[in-house]
Amino acid sequence: MDAAISKSFEPLIRPAGLDGVLVSFGDALTEPANRAALAFATEVEKAGIDGVEDCAPSLVSVLVQFDPVHLEFEALVERLEALLRDRTWFDAAMPEGRRFIRVPTVYGTDLAPQLDEAAKAAGLSSEEAIAQLAESRVRVQTIGFAPGQPYLGLLPEVWDIPRQTALTKAVPEGALVVAIRQLVLFSVSSPTGWRHVGQTALKLFRPDSDTPFFLRPGDEVQFVPATPDVLKHHADDPNGGAEIEAIR
Amino acid sequence: MTRALNVHRIAPGATVQDRGRTGYRAFGVSCGGAADRLALAEGAALLGQSIDCAALELPGSGGVFETTAPLRIALTGAPMRAQMDGAPMRAQMDGAPLAWSASHAVPAGARIEIGGALAGSYGYLHVGGGFQTPVRLGARSVHLAAGIGSAVQAQDVLPVAEDTGTEVGLCLPQDTRFEGGMLRMVESFQTGFFDPPTRDRFTQTIFRRDARANRMGMRLESEGAGFSTSEGLNILSESILPGDIQITGDGTPYLLLVESQTTGGYPRLGTVIPADLPRAVQTPAGGTMRFRFVSRDEAVQAQRRMQDHLAQLSKLCRPLVRDPSQMRELLSYQLISGVTAGDAPFSEE
Repeated sequence: MDAAISKSFEPLIRPAGLDGVLVSFGDALTEPANRAALAFATEVEKAGIDGVEDCAPSLVSVLVQFDPVHLEFEALVERLEALLRDRTWFDAAMPEGRRFIRVPTVYGTDLAPQLDEAAKAAGLSSEEAIAQLAESRVRVQTIGFAPGQPYLGLLPEVWDIPRQTALTKAVPEGALVVAIRQLVLFSVSSPTGWRHVGQTALKLFRPDSDTPFFLRPGDEVQFVPATPDVLKHHADDPNGGAEIEAIR
Repeated sequence: MTRALNVHRIAPGATVQDRGRTGYRAFGVSCGGAADRLALAEGAALLGQSIDCAALELPGSGGVFETTAPLRIALTGAPMRAQMDGAPMRAQMDGAPLAWSASHAVPAGARIEIGGALAGSYGYLHVGGGFQTPVRLGARSVHLAAGIGSAVQAQDVLPVAEDTGTEVGLCLPQDTRFEGGMLRMVESFQTGFFDPPTRDRFTQTIFRRDARANRMGMRLESEGAGFSTSEGLNILSESILPGDIQITGDGTPYLLLVESQTTGGYPRLGTVIPADLPRAVQTPAGGTMRFRFVSRDEAVQAQRRMQDHLAQLSKLCRPLVRDPSQMRELLSYQLISGVTAGDAPFSEE
């Protein structure tokens, strides 16, 4: 393992409820930890451990779900430790077939009413906030919370703003929200503690399609400023007017 | 004639549910499926069919249904008042009460009326063969939070698959999981964010189920201060499991259930064990709950007992006694108030 990285964080194995094990590669979001989580999840799946029922990466960790009656926690931990020793996970390659996607986005207005509040929390004017968010090319670090819904990052350090203390009752599908140097783009209408700064017309989850999930970990996204009229124009396009190109 | 159940009236939020979908967590889709897995298994046992058959989940109250063909049905979960009317060839059955936790033969053209829950939260109407609604992402389960399918509406027609079974008139003993009570939990990877006094106070608090609870989760109401942690608002979003007790920034606990998000950033104080989730979801609006931490060993024992219980359900089915005086007995339920021991049927051998 790379000496510099191993000094900062050793992979950590902890119980998640009765029937889960969480393998963490960091306690903060870093690119090496995110790569490690994505690659390790693939490896656990390949290993086909008897008694393991599901395995899914999140930002810097992997949740392994198992049957605690037929596979002892300690035995599973041993198997996972052996897999961890196999190779250096922190420098794993990005997934194949990544794309760069530019998504028309309305910042602020009544479509995204918390832009000013979020800008203030970041110590920026509303104009500065829009400029920074619109310039950022962010990467899908994991899909989670709701179907096909990406966590994207990392934003500049000023965006290390906390979640709200109370939940917003609901943001609509296509809402772009911000907290802790990350963006989340909502795939369904949902309550959230993150601040609603932008609105897109993108449909991330298409349950009746052969390819129900639009974004994949590794894809890169830029949220390009657009007017409410442009958004209306793309209302019937599931891609919400997004431009897509392959990353080579 | 097409085998189906016509829906004349239905409780809001009623959905077709099976065991949900695994393997889609990496895509942000939580497992979902029947809120009360035990009730789903009880229906399968009563009808002698696969546990994968889809049933109709009735939150809080039922509805009015009409059969287009002779069907076998089973009623499980939260007991509700149910009766059958208008079976043309069997006038003597008009207004006949249908026992809960039991299976019945229903002729074509019969009208089934299911009222409000007498205890608990989620009732289930199972049909022989199971409902044959569309399979999406490998399951028939409607996932309201994910937008997979939608709630059943009046005038809907629910197709029913071919039924290879014939047996009816069976019942299962009534369970005590419909009044809230003690819920066991294990420590999870974020339990350490909460200091010991906060954890102790949590386990000493009597919580009330908020009326707005749904398949995603339930807000736990209590008197006094919240349960916040200073580490609450800036931690990295992490995987969520059903049963997790999440504390939002203002200190309010939420018990997360089958249709919860797959990840979340508010810290989790502990996780209710799978064996106690049926009791948790069946806690009626305003019903009370308490929580206690148990060791992993104790939790695994409870899990083993639950798996054994599920495997033996078909052996526990008994003939339904049709004597009317006994029928009333089968229809009556003990409405125990307050906190019960809450460990049956999985706590002792």
